[in-house]
Amino acid sequence: MTEKRGAFESLRIFFTGVGGQGTLLATRLVGQAALEEGLAVTMSEIHGMAQRGGVVESSVVVGTAVSPTIADGEADILMAFEPMEAARALPKCHGESLVIASANPIVPFTVATGRSTYPQIEALRQAVQEKVGRIIWLDTVEAARKAGSERASNMVMIGVLAGTGRLPVSNASWRKALEKTLPGRILEVNRRAFEAGFEVGKASISSR
Amino acid sequence: MHELLLPDGGGKHLLLGNEAIVRGALEGNVRFVAAYPGTPSSEILDRFHLIGAEAGVYVEYSVNEKVSMEVACAAAVSGVRSLCSMKHVGLNVAADAFMTLAYVGVKAGMVIVVADDPFLHSSQNEQDNRYFAKMGSVPMLEPSTPEEAKRMTTAALELSERHGIPCILRTTTRVNHCRGPVSYGSLPEKGPRGEFRKDPFNLVVIPAVGRKLRLGLLEKLSRLQEEAERSPYNTVEGSGTWGIVTSGVSSLYVADAVRDLGLQERVKVLKLGFTFPHPRRTIREFLHGLEKVLVVEELEPFLEEAVKIVAQEAGLSVHVAGKGVDLIPRAFELDAVKVKMAMANFFRLPYTPPAAFAAPDLPQRPPNLCAGCPHRATYYSVRKVFGDDAVYPSDIGCYTLGILPPLRMADFLICMGSGISTAGGFSKVQDKPVVAFIGDSTFFHSGMTGLVNAVSHDHRFLLVILDNGTTAMTGHQPHPGVELTPQGKVKPKVSLESVVRGCGVERVVTVNPLQVKKMQEALQAMRDAMKEPGVSVLIAKSPCPLFENRMLKKRRKIVFEVDASTCDLCKRCLEELGCPAFSWEQSQGGAQCIRINAALCSGCSVCSQICKSIKPRRIDDSGGEDA
Repeated sequence: MTEKRGAFESLRIFFTGVGGQGTLLATRLVGQAALEEGLAVTMSEIHGMAQRGGVVESSVVVGTAVSPTIADGEADILMAFEPMEAARALPKCHGESLVIASANPIVPFTVATGRSTYPQIEALRQAVQEKVGRIIWLDTVEAARKAGSERASNMVMIGVLAGTGRLPVSNASWRKALEKTLPGRILEVNRRAFEAGFEVGKASISSR
Repeated sequence: MHELLLPDGGGKHLLLGNEAIVRGALEGNVRFVAAYPGTPSSEILDRFHLIGAEAGVYVEYSVNEKVSMEVACAAAVSGVRSLCSMKHVGLNVAADAFMTLAYVGVKAGMVIVVADDPFLHSSQNEQDNRYFAKMGSVPMLEPSTPEEAKRMTTAALELSERHGIPCILRTTTRVNHCRGPVSYGSLPEKGPRGEFRKDPFNLVVIPAVGRKLRLGLLEKLSRLQEEAERSPYNTVEGSGTWGIVTSGVSSLYVADAVRDLGLQERVKVLKLGFTFPHPRRTIREFLHGLEKVLVVEELEPFLEEAVKIVAQEAGLSVHVAGKGVDLIPRAFELDAVKVKMAMANFFRLPYTPPAAFAAPDLPQRPPNLCAGCPHRATYYSVRKVFGDDAVYPSDIGCYTLGILPPLRMADFLICMGSGISTAGGFSKVQDKPVVAFIGDSTFFHSGMTGLVNAVSHDHRFLLVILDNGTTAMTGHQPHPGVELTPQGKVKPKVSLESVVRGCGVERVVTVNPLQVKKMQEALQAMRDAMKEPGVSVLIAKSPCPLFENRMLKKRRKIVFEVDASTCDLCKRCLEELGCPAFSWEQSQGGAQCIRINAALCSGCSVCSQICKSIKPRRIDDSGGEDA
C-alpha cells in the first residue's frame, strides 16, 4: 500500500539553515501558531552547533502524526533559510512538496578558503524545482531590510509560509504566536518582516 | 515570571522535553538540583539555574557528573528531593556513585536523568544506558514526549521515595529536544529543611553493611517489579494476533506506522514507559494469543531480550523478533519510515517507502571554531613550534573542532580527561614530542587526576590548557575558574594555575594566545625544557569572545582588513589560520583577492600579527536590531 497525501491530515514541515540564522526561533513560532490554533503539534530541534556555522535542522509536525522527526521523502513543506541547504535537504521532500527557500547564500567555510566552489544559485533553484511540487524562492534579506532589519529574514520566511495558507492557522493565531515568541523590543520589526513575507506567500497562491 | 513557574491551568505550554522535566521536578517538589552540562541534557540545569532562586531550589553546576550525583544523593538521604541530570556518557563518570547508591538508597525522592544520544548528534559514542538500570537494579522510566517527560519526572520522584531508591528517567535526544504542548499541575509551596539522621550501619558501605544492603536491594527490586506491573505508563492499544512492544520515541514512530498502514485491528501495541524492572507479567499476558511480535526500540535489544525470556519461560511459541537485517537496525535513530519498512517485512505487508530524491553534490558545511576564537590562535602557534610530527591528544569541547583542516590539531580522543592521561602513555612508548590539549571546564571535570598521575610518573609532555573562561561548547555554563559574570570580572573561586601548581607541576606559564609572538616564545621555551622528563603546562588564557560579549556587552572598536595593494595572495592566512571571517574571492575578470568579512571579524588581531598586509580599521559599530 502507498500512502495517501493531499487532504489535511498531517503536515510535516522541515526547516534547514545555518547556525545564527534564527531557524530555531522561526520553528518555535510555527509551533506556537499551531498551538494557538488548537492543532496537535510536535517539534524536533537539534541543538549544539548553532553558533559554529554548521547546518541547523528542525521540524514541525502538525495534525494526527505524532513522530516529531521527518523521514526522507516525508516533508510536505521544506523551509530552507539558505539556497544550498535547500538543495541539500532535497531527500526530505516528495514530488508534491512545497519549498520555501531564501535565495541569499551563506558561503560555507570550505568555499571561503577556496577548497570547494559554491554552486550557481540558479542551478540550485533548478535542482530543487524540477523535483518538487512548488517552489517559492525569494530574496529574504532584501525583504527583511525593507522591513527594518536584515536579521529578521527568518520572519520573512515564516510570513511566506503563513501567506500560502498551507498551514490551517488563522491570522489571529499567527499574531498571538508572534507576540508570545518574540521579545517586546524586537516584535515590531519582526512583525513587519513577517507581513512582507505574508504578502509574497499570498501572491504566490493567486498567481498559480 | 518565567514560563516554567506559572501556576497551573491557563492552557498548554510549548516546552522542550528538557523544560518539561524541569516543570515535572518542580511539581514533584524537587529542592536540590546538580549537574554537569552535556548535550542533549544541558537545558535541564540551564533552566533551573535561571529560576532556582525564585523557585526555592538549590542549583549547582557541579564539576562533573559523579560529583553531581554525590551531592544530590546527600540531599535525598537527608530528606530533600533531588535531581541530577547528565548526558549518557556522564553516567560512566558517575557509575561508581550510582552502583552503590542503589544499595544505600535515599530517604526522599531522587531522579537521575540520563539522556542518551542515538546517532551521536553530539557525542563520542552511542551507548544504551538502559543497561545501567539493569546492572544497578535501579528502576527506570522512559518518556516519549515532553508531556510524558513532565509526568514521569514527578512520578519518578514519588516512586523513588516510596521505595527508597533513586529512579532513572531515561531520555533520548528526540525527547530532550522535542518541543510539544505540556499542561501544568500545581506547584508545591515549600520544601522541607533537610535532616540527616545517623545510621552508619545502613549508610556506610563496609562489606558487612554492603552484604545486608545487597539483599535489601533484591527485595526492593521485586517490589519494584510489582510497581511496574501496575504502572499507568505501560499500556496496550489495538487488537489482533500480531504484536509490537516498544518504548520511548520509538513508540511514536510505531503509532504513525500502525495508522498509516491501517493496522489498528491487526496489531496490538504494548507501549512500555516503566521499562525496568521489566513488567514481566504484563509482557506475558500481552504475548498470550499472539502469533508474531516485533520489538521496536532504538540501539540495543534491551526490551527484545526481556520479551524473549518471558516467552521462553512461559513456554509460548510466539515468534519474537527485533534487531536484524530488514528489521530494526541496531545503529542510529529510527524514524517512522524505518519502522514501517521493518513492520512490512516482518508481518509480510506490501509497503513502498516514499521515494527519496538524491541531493546534488554540494560543498560541505562543517561547524568551525568561531572568528576570533582563541583556540585557533593557540593551535596555530603550537603547530608553528612543534610541527606536524608531534602527537596531539585532544579532549572534549569546542576545541575538538580543531580536528578539521586547516588546523588538524587532534590526534587522539576517547573521553573527557583522556587528553592528559593518554599523553602520558604516548610519551612512554614512542619518541615524538607529545602536546596534549584540554579545555578549562574539562580540566576541572576530569583532568586533574590525570595530571597528578603524569607528574608522579615523570610523564614527558606539554599540556596546553585552553582556558576560555567558560564551558563554551554546551552553552557557556560556569565552572570553578570562571572570572566573567554579568556583574563584571570577579576573582575566580578556584585559580586554574594554582591547581596546576598544586598538582605538582613546576614548569607552568600562563600566556594570552592572541599575542602570537609571546605565545610562540613561551612554547619554544617549553619545548626546550621538555629535554628533561616531566610535565610542562601552558595555560592559554583568553576568554571565549561570544561569552565575553554576552557577559560584558563589549563592543568591537576595530576590525581587520586586507590591504590588496600589498597582499601577494600567498594564502597562508587561509591555509594556516582558517578563520571563518576570511574568504578567497575571484571576480568575473579572474582577479583574485582575500577578504575579511567585517561583520564576522571579532578584532582579535591574530591575523595581523602573522601578515603585514592585514591592517586594523576603526569602526563605529553602534549595533543593529537583533532578531
